[in-house]
Amino acid sequence: MNVNRRGFLKLSGAVMAVSGLGISLKPIAAHAQPLKIKYAKETTTVCPYCSVGCSIIVSVRDGKVINTEGDPDSPINKGSLCSKGGSIYQMAVNENRLDKPLYRAPFATEWKEVEWDWALGKIAKNVKKSRDASFKKTNAKGEVVNRTEGIASVGSAAMDLEECFTYQKFLRGLGLVYIEHQARI
Amino acid sequence: MTNHWNDFKNSDVILIMGSNPASNHPISFKWIQEAIDKRGAKLICVDPRFTQSAAKAHLYAPLRSGTDIAFLGGMIKYILEKNLIQHEYVVSYTNASFLVNPALKMPGENKGVFSGLTDGKYEKDTWAYQVDAEGVIKKDKTLTDPNCVFQLLKKHYSRYTPELVSRITGTPKDKLLEVYKIYGSTGKPDKAGVELYAMGWTQHTVGVQNIRTMCIIQLLLGNMGIAGGGVAAMRGESNVQGSTDHGLLFHIWPGYLGAPTASMKTLKDFNEKRTPKTKEKNSLNWWKNTPKYVASFLRSMYGTNATLEEAYQLMPKLDDGANYSWLTIFDQMYKGKFTGFFAWGMNPACSGAHSNKTRQAMTKLDWMVNVNLFDNETGSFWRGPGMDPAKVKTEVFMLPCASSIEKEGSIANSSRLMQWRYKAISPVGLSKPDGDIMSELYFKTRDLYVKQGGPGKEALTKLTWPYGKQVGHEFHYEPRKVAAEINGVFLENKRMENPTKKGEFKEFKKGDPVPTFAWLQDDGSTSSGCWVYCGSVGEKGNLAMRRGTKDTSGIGLYPEWAWCWPINRRIIYNGASVDPSGKPWDPKRAVIKWDGEKWAGDVPDGAGNPGAGRPPFIMKPDGVASLFGPGLTDGPFPEHYEPLECPVEKNLMSPQKNNPVIKRFDASGVGSDMDVYSGVASCDPRFPFIGTTYRVSEHWQTGVLTRWCPWLAEMQPGMFVEMSQELAKERGIVSGDKCVVKSARGEVEATAIVTPRFKPFNIDGNTIHEIGIPWHYGWITTADRKYNPNDKKPEVNTFGDAANILTSTIGDANTMIPESKAFMVNVVKKGGK
Repeated sequence: MNVNRRGFLKLSGAVMAVSGLGISLKPIAAHAQPLKIKYAKETTTVCPYCSVGCSIIVSVRDGKVINTEGDPDSPINKGSLCSKGGSIYQMAVNENRLDKPLYRAPFATEWKEVEWDWALGKIAKNVKKSRDASFKKTNAKGEVVNRTEGIASVGSAAMDLEECFTYQKFLRGLGLVYIEHQARI
Repeated sequence: MTNHWNDFKNSDVILIMGSNPASNHPISFKWIQEAIDKRGAKLICVDPRFTQSAAKAHLYAPLRSGTDIAFLGGMIKYILEKNLIQHEYVVSYTNASFLVNPALKMPGENKGVFSGLTDGKYEKDTWAYQVDAEGVIKKDKTLTDPNCVFQLLKKHYSRYTPELVSRITGTPKDKLLEVYKIYGSTGKPDKAGVELYAMGWTQHTVGVQNIRTMCIIQLLLGNMGIAGGGVAAMRGESNVQGSTDHGLLFHIWPGYLGAPTASMKTLKDFNEKRTPKTKEKNSLNWWKNTPKYVASFLRSMYGTNATLEEAYQLMPKLDDGANYSWLTIFDQMYKGKFTGFFAWGMNPACSGAHSNKTRQAMTKLDWMVNVNLFDNETGSFWRGPGMDPAKVKTEVFMLPCASSIEKEGSIANSSRLMQWRYKAISPVGLSKPDGDIMSELYFKTRDLYVKQGGPGKEALTKLTWPYGKQVGHEFHYEPRKVAAEINGVFLENKRMENPTKKGEFKEFKKGDPVPTFAWLQDDGSTSSGCWVYCGSVGEKGNLAMRRGTKDTSGIGLYPEWAWCWPINRRIIYNGASVDPSGKPWDPKRAVIKWDGEKWAGDVPDGAGNPGAGRPPFIMKPDGVASLFGPGLTDGPFPEHYEPLECPVEKNLMSPQKNNPVIKRFDASGVGSDMDVYSGVASCDPRFPFIGTTYRVSEHWQTGVLTRWCPWLAEMQPGMFVEMSQELAKERGIVSGDKCVVKSARGEVEATAIVTPRFKPFNIDGNTIHEIGIPWHYGWITTADRKYNPNDKKPEVNTFGDAANILTSTIGDANTMIPESKAFMVNVVKKGGK
């Protein structure tokens, strides 16, 4: 059964009504709690929000996140999480996540779903066109600068370290000098 | 952070100023509370607003936004007058004894500025140290010479009397003195004080100098390098420390190596100009190793596809003296200078100061790539408020990326701790990890250059990219391989002497990991993507994955939990936690201890052998910490200047109202028609109140992720404006009223929250009001915008647009971080005037 949050609230209401018939739910409730993560595979992660670095346990069953909770082993948070850290379940289980590349043509009024290969191919062509048109071998003083002046990049403090390194490598390989991110705002 | 989150528990006095950890770094309070409960620590909070952190503090002192230097300058005066300094620490570990050029003039005798100011820029020759015939800095260890740093410091801050400070800051004098007294008590060797700041200090035209003022206090009190001490920069994103470490800024390559400028024509030039030198005989001057880190970084870019010199030539160069930072980017974009733009994991339409300008700037682009988890105001800027999509030429690609639990890799928290995250599930829908996306884009772009050629082709085609494998159309990026490259490897078989143990040799094979950065070479035989991370991946695997919970230190170092840069050192500058003979200043809280042969405890930082006379601040060429800081653009000592937009006519401290070296975007030939300010030359009655921005626990940054999470959106559903009961009464506003907050640049709607947490300030006899707004909102998740049939609709809508619609394009003199914490606004009831 696929039950969303609001649906669940309605469903709970229905169960409450049934319990009015004289069936006690207490033992079932007490039993249901430990079952929540039964047969689940656990992995650890670190909260993606602030910079404290709280550790979180993610429980997955059948390829779906069924629970997230503070990791008691972490010397930093010892199992505690704040309101944001406690909600990362909703980042994975969220119908509003973008799930396909979107494209907006010049002057278009709507997004269009596109294939990855097409989108990245078109971006690569754009990059080359902008780079070729704005690549400066030398500056006004005649000094060698080998830079691309027509493209800028901002981001990304939310990426992993490895991706940050790779991203700066790509950008500097392209010759970008307008490289900035969240540390400057 | 110099120390780490657990270390707050070791403090005797915790000063929260420029931050609000109870709301914004909630779990840090676990350790603040432990200090209070177990040590009887005192908690002080200084803030314009009675924050959630203030509610937990023993002492709260209000201050007007943008007056922190006045407040802290007064503390320096108090500490010096009452002689609360840790004398031996100050003499041995700071530049207090250094003699400065007698021609130096300070603001008190020079109309509010330091000597050397011409055309909005400082010539610094009068700020230089006196040197002897060998070039060694002259010193007076008695600290009595009138030109020594200590006496200059005393003279400079003698002007910061409690009476004057109180007139500027609006802090009652008795509260000022109470804060000074409690914090000043940590100058004893067996007392520790820590300061916690965040963007409350950085987002000012004097941001760097705010932090400098506190550093001076911490040094005078001997609080740097010790357990329970330090200056805690609490960062706002989970990996903003790491992304800075990896050089995602115009001015630095990974590992804080300054990006090269055009005048550095060869690698040799670069190394000569960028490697600091010193004549101080005991100073280690760690940055003397710069050429090794530069060579290793160039190898990580181009491997052996290019010689070191060729690789250096391929790298882009900045123009000397030019600034390519955030505000400049959007200014140039507004002027049509860019055709292409990446906003990768970022929402500048809401996060950049002056959102209206930022959003208009995006209409001038030919194309934009926006990579994120949810639709956002940047990717969809062309259909935002006031935009007519049919008139916006920009081609936009919105690429869906995986969330942090749908891929693996590491992040570095505020305390430089690198922790590994594992993949729990596959990416949602067709979204991909960022690493896959950028790799595919790299190879597609590379192919075009290989096939078609183009200017500067080799810079791209010669890059190494051994980070995974191509499977059909897709590239599977492997973060573990990148982590190994960031750490560094030997590129050839090599027999080397242990740099830290003479006479001991070690054999390395091509491809072996480099054990630590001490082994990196300048001859091209080693590669390392980011030298500060060297030591994170080695024979024992990837140390960021460690989960050891043992703490033998007794002070909560947990050295086997993940890995910390540099070389797993948890408290940097810890060489200053022991006296010059090598004994811990406080044996009960020792960070490092000499066991007769070696140091035990934390990984020692510049400690040398006990009594060897090595000054411990090894990242400074002269080995000591800087009370006097001639490297900054806006003065060797912090001086109080008013925010650019401010509610007072005059700077009560001096005739110089604003920081004299800030870059005004309203100056002719600098910015654009949109760069307007209010209340600069004199007060502007249209915008009579100070505006400031802040965060709430339930949202993160612009809300780009959290506004789409219904639990969080429900808890903090929209834009509000917090104001005092006095101001609300004056304006006829009650809690819940819809209001409009206006600045010279734009307006936002907000719900009034009338609280006693804001109180009007008494500034030199005038009543000044300050209001606060959260900066997490944006139009994309609101109910009243237009939704196209295929648009995602939030389960819980939020209300209101970005706080940055109000903020201005003026930046700090050193960093260019915008002054988003102090600007002038008006607030009226919606429909009123």
